[in-house]
Amino acid sequence: METILFFVFAALALGSAINLIRESHPIYSALSLVAVMGALAGLYLLLGAEFIAVVQVIVYAGAIMVLFIFVLMLLNAEEEVKIDRTKIAVRLGYPLLVLLAVEIISVLRAKFPSEITSHADLLNGDNTREVGRMLFDNYLLPFEVTSVLMLVAIMGAVVMGKRKS
Amino acid sequence: MTPFATFLIATLIKIALVLFVLLTSLAYLVWVERKVAGRIQNRWGPTRTGPHGLLQPLADLIKFIFKEDPTPVAAERLIYFGAPFMALVLSLMAITVIPFGGSVKVAGVTTWLQITDLNIGMLFIFAATSLGVYGIALAGWSSGSKYALLGGLRSSAQMISYELSLSFSVVGPLILAGSLSLRTIVDSQAGYWFHVIPKWNCIPQCVAFVTYLIAAFAETNRVPFDLPEAEGELVAGYHTEYASMKFAMFFTGEYANMVTSSCIATLLFLGGWQRPFDKIGSFDWAGYIPTAVFYALAVILLVFSLKRARLVERIVLPVFATVCILIGSLFLWTPFHDPAEGVFWFAAKVLFFLLLYIWIRWTLPRFRYDTLMEFGWKYMIPVTLANVLITGFIVAWRTGH
Repeated sequence: METILFFVFAALALGSAINLIRESHPIYSALSLVAVMGALAGLYLLLGAEFIAVVQVIVYAGAIMVLFIFVLMLLNAEEEVKIDRTKIAVRLGYPLLVLLAVEIISVLRAKFPSEITSHADLLNGDNTREVGRMLFDNYLLPFEVTSVLMLVAIMGAVVMGKRKS
Repeated sequence: MTPFATFLIATLIKIALVLFVLLTSLAYLVWVERKVAGRIQNRWGPTRTGPHGLLQPLADLIKFIFKEDPTPVAAERLIYFGAPFMALVLSLMAITVIPFGGSVKVAGVTTWLQITDLNIGMLFIFAATSLGVYGIALAGWSSGSKYALLGGLRSSAQMISYELSLSFSVVGPLILAGSLSLRTIVDSQAGYWFHVIPKWNCIPQCVAFVTYLIAAFAETNRVPFDLPEAEGELVAGYHTEYASMKFAMFFTGEYANMVTSSCIATLLFLGGWQRPFDKIGSFDWAGYIPTAVFYALAVILLVFSLKRARLVERIVLPVFATVCILIGSLFLWTPFHDPAEGVFWFAAKVLFFLLLYIWIRWTLPRFRYDTLMEFGWKYMIPVTLANVLITGFIVAWRTGH
């Protein structure tokens, strides 16, 4: 059951990711990204990390991508015009793609044994409580630094928005 | 039977039951809304189809099915057809984690009165409602009409803004309960102060209760926050170009959202299925309230049926009265009483919130768009944030950290 679900979600994630690049209309691309996020949330659920899965949906699919689509709607984005690709891209692209795939597969096979146990086991029981404890005990400094970084970004956006042109 | 098979069968039965009850009550919620609206405006509301217009939902459904369903030429077809499904499915999804009562034992199987109990139930509901914005935004965009697009934009901007204060107002009760599981949150509200006042969260969290209600009204696009469909400026907002069953889906989704947010308000602030009255000594008088209510309803129906001249009413209303007497008598039977009493109180509280929704709709005028945004960002969010901080400090102080 879990193996079947894994392949379903993995196929959904990969298919949507490919569609994201292939699609020429920005809104369809954004929706494909939402589908990728949803499929990833399903994979997290299979690993037993419910909190991460739901946060993935709330934050990425429910907040960030909604804003993306909102802006795309506001700007009334039209379909992209495909420009001719350069000859270098056409000739070198596919061989390099194969090379990259080989590299990724060989690294994964060398670094990871075939029997991988997920680290979500560490968060057994009340998932949310453990995540909170880790965030505010072990990783307090990175957490605070990240929030200051976001505050700076927000302030930058406000300053740029207030500037009189 | 294996445990998995029993689990599967119990879950399927519960899904079917919840879906049936939910969809029927949604249909009759529309009838209630029209009746109450009529009374508030000093007119009758629906009276023609069936006694007291009781068959009106059925007539509406038939009309929805047989209506012509034109598709705008400029529509993005795939999304245009998908958006109503998205809106309906996502709003029905949230109901799966809502507990309606304690546990029930049928044919040797004990099961919770809830489709599934997640330890992150509250977050699951937020996930479903935050995705609900897509249905509305995409419907507005894919219709290929400027009124629908503007309605969709307004709607999504409003929902994103008020989702923040909605989530913040929920945090207070969550801190008090120390859990995200809706069942634990309800259990934490058991008991009474001085044997009179129930220990519901709406008393220590009164600020969060009010802000939650305001934000929930905005989230469900109801008056006074129904700007997305301000008919004077935007025709019908994001669903201007939808007709027939596709419109019915948006409509049902909107009412389902209303029911969900009333259920959450009940669970978080009004103690879920806990009864509001304590026992006096060892006498469990509050246990007889459901019976009394149903018997009273039967008497009212009988009196009404004698006053009416139409033959249909003289036959139908006594039938309803008999059903009420039967249900009331069932409540005297202990194996039925214990699980059903919780459901009774839960339903009563949800009904209270739904009537509040309708009452406010016919009382308050609509906000202006800029005042709506200003209210959301400048008043709601600071107040809810302060509530979270104060609750957190008090809980930390009381537990001695």
